[in-house]
Amino acid sequence: MRLRSRVIVTPLTIIALGLAACSTPTASAPANGSADAGASAPPETGTVTIYSGRSEELVGPLLEQFSEATGIEVEARYGDTAEMATLILTEGENSPADVFFAQDAGALGAVAEQGLLTALPNEILDQVDERFRSPTGEWVGVSGRARVVVYNTETLSEADLPDSIFGFTDPEWSGRIGWAPTNGSFQSFVTALREIEGEDRAREWLEGIEANDPSVYEGNNPALDAVIAGEVDVAFINHYYLMQRLVEDPDAPAANYFVTDGDPGALVNVAGAGILDTSENSEAARELVEYLLSTEAQEYFATETKEYPLLEGVEPDGDLPSLEEIGTPEIDLSDLSDLDGTLELLQDVGIL
Amino acid sequence: METVAPPTAAARSASRTPAPPAWLIGAGVLVALLGLLPIGYLLVLAGSSEDALSLVLRDRTVGVLGRTLLLAATVTSASVLIGVPMAWLTTRSDLPGRRWWTILGILPLVVPSYVGGYAVVAAFGPRGALQSLLEPFGVTRLPELYGFPGAALALTLFSFPYVVLSVRGALLRMDPAYEEVSRSLGRGPWRTFFTVTVPQLRPAITAGALLVALYSLADFGAVSLLQFDSFTRAIYVQYRASFDPTLAAVLALMLVACTAGVLLAEARLRGRARYHRSGAGASRPAATVHLGAWRWPALAYCAMVVGLAVAVPIGTIGYWFIRGIGAGEPLTLVLDATLNSVLASGLAALLAVLASIPVAVLAVRHRGMLAATLERATYAGFALPGIVIGLAFVFVAARYLPWMYQTLPLLLVAYLVRFVPEAVGITRASLLQVSPRIEEVARTLGRPPSAVLREVTLPIIRPGLMAGGALVFLTAMKELPTTILLAPTGFDTLAVRIWSATSEGFFARAAAPALLMVIVAALSLGFVLRQERDR
Repeated sequence: MRLRSRVIVTPLTIIALGLAACSTPTASAPANGSADAGASAPPETGTVTIYSGRSEELVGPLLEQFSEATGIEVEARYGDTAEMATLILTEGENSPADVFFAQDAGALGAVAEQGLLTALPNEILDQVDERFRSPTGEWVGVSGRARVVVYNTETLSEADLPDSIFGFTDPEWSGRIGWAPTNGSFQSFVTALREIEGEDRAREWLEGIEANDPSVYEGNNPALDAVIAGEVDVAFINHYYLMQRLVEDPDAPAANYFVTDGDPGALVNVAGAGILDTSENSEAARELVEYLLSTEAQEYFATETKEYPLLEGVEPDGDLPSLEEIGTPEIDLSDLSDLDGTLELLQDVGIL
Repeated sequence: METVAPPTAAARSASRTPAPPAWLIGAGVLVALLGLLPIGYLLVLAGSSEDALSLVLRDRTVGVLGRTLLLAATVTSASVLIGVPMAWLTTRSDLPGRRWWTILGILPLVVPSYVGGYAVVAAFGPRGALQSLLEPFGVTRLPELYGFPGAALALTLFSFPYVVLSVRGALLRMDPAYEEVSRSLGRGPWRTFFTVTVPQLRPAITAGALLVALYSLADFGAVSLLQFDSFTRAIYVQYRASFDPTLAAVLALMLVACTAGVLLAEARLRGRARYHRSGAGASRPAATVHLGAWRWPALAYCAMVVGLAVAVPIGTIGYWFIRGIGAGEPLTLVLDATLNSVLASGLAALLAVLASIPVAVLAVRHRGMLAATLERATYAGFALPGIVIGLAFVFVAARYLPWMYQTLPLLLVAYLVRFVPEAVGITRASLLQVSPRIEEVARTLGRPPSAVLREVTLPIIRPGLMAGGALVFLTAMKELPTTILLAPTGFDTLAVRIWSATSEGFFARAAAPALLMVIVAALSLGFVLRQERDR
């Protein structure tokens, strides 16, 4: 029996050691590791703590580049955007965070509303189109995320899709739609819908879709999975999920459809950043936010996360339509923090 | 054959309750207070809410609550039905490859529900792997998985090992004398199993079932991926949508009330029986049952359970892995995260086992209101969603203990609150099988109570302590929400890695940490089982 247990344990140990040790560094980390960062004698030092509602997979390599370029050490805490916002709100005045990097404008709005963010200097704010930053200057958009209709290319072509998202309330779409009503991006979109079209039209749209018996998914990726698998024909998600999936799975039978002409379905939300009012490292924090808007970082977002860069002169990846072509509806993204009303509406219609 | 009295009757007559030493009470109270801390936080928050009552009384809230309780009841029954035979086969029979089946029967515990949920959808979804296998037979769509059936399936598959682990410990320690008497008095093996073995297993089964029930109340990953509208999901929706924890706190308090209900039900089921021999003599290991031709259905049964609960998730992870390598995705560096996971979960396991000892000793050896209250209080943390526990500690530590905030010790305390019931249940069930006479003998020989505990009681229940530690280790390793909120900044664990990758849709990058987590879990189980046998 002794022997038997070794037979089990040994191969497992070997595999484990193999997996742990023979791994290579993260995809886009710069080739010259942090080893020679010290040699180039960074001009400034200090530490900045960032709470990131965007994952380490995305943000980690960028923060490493920042540290290398500036000599400022970055301590990063990663989590879901809403969790990080709730964390900051719970910590209140005692938050160790200097910078909050959020996946959507609503979360930044909620933290700003409690007076926990400080106003950013104009030289940062002015780099970004005013549609994509706080009108009161407490946060700035870093990358753009467009709402799209993703469809299965085996069953549909773009010509089959309606011009407006209101077209999907037609009974011909019954049983063919997927959505993720608990998802933050979806809820931001509904908030925008309420702002742009009014409560009644928003309710009309939600009831129309609900009448078509949509399949409910936990998030954008499961909804995308369902479109690729043919469980549903279309789903309402953000544009970059499919583009990222195509990197792993180039043959996935799905395509993005952008509704245009100021339709609420063309909402472009942002991931953005703000500096905490209680920050004791505000200088380093400001440098970090500036870095997120540098050409280098903006190109990183374009190629790595497939989002829209918001800095003038940096082009989006691939064959994405430009932000001007999409013609995103007129809306103050800060208002997207009014999720309470959206939640109430969704619950009232029976979706949540 | 010196003891033939049914254990319950013997135990009642032998009942006497010496006053517990003060240090024991002190330690028990401390553990219980930690467990109650999140509830205190919830009460503070909910007290500041004006809409609390309207939220509680809303039709929808009541409906969700009912559905959640039904789910918990279903998952618990299914887990007992799956887990008890599995535990019996791997401890008492000559099932071929018992060791393997033992590890494989416990391993599903380490599958994080946010990975398991994906796996169940990928395998059994309307257009999942099973459907493509059946495609040639004209099956274009499987019956609806999303909602109750899917959530019940996923939760059962990844929580039935609670029952296996708890019951197998009891079977190993059980005095076979009663079964032998039953057989010698002419009862057949099946009747003996149901009338003698199962009643003796009752504390272990209820301990395991309790964990399953509370786990299914608190789980978020599986229910959300399988689109079942459970209470925990409602709590998360409230957090995410309003960035306002007060209404979420009201909902969480309702979950606490459910937990109290489950604990009461468990107390009734548990009864007041003791399960050690009342006379003189020591028990010896039970004889191995020869399965004969039954081994084939037994093997098929184990293969089916393990296939669903282990092969499906590992297959899904493997598919991510292969698809990622095919697309030229490099493996991500996970050595640090592995060490962090092992360190944090290992320390959490040690702490939880230590903390479970005073609580269990009080509950078993010094019955009464105080002991019962302390024991129940430790369960408070287990049924609460991790985010609630995490925020409670954020609230307290950021304000009052800034020097401890976002440090490893604080994370360990939060783990302790979340997972100590896993250890308490098993330690308690083990103690029930130890006769107090052994301790009394040591006392009469002049040893103080603390020395008796250390030198006599704990060595006897060591397998139970090891099993409890293993349970905490496995579940702490997959813990996510508290880790995200409370870990020292930059302290990555495998679970955080997996989540971070899957949340962005980088499934290939999630594969290596996920496989490592399963392998580390298997290794630790192998280690624990070996200790058990070396005794």
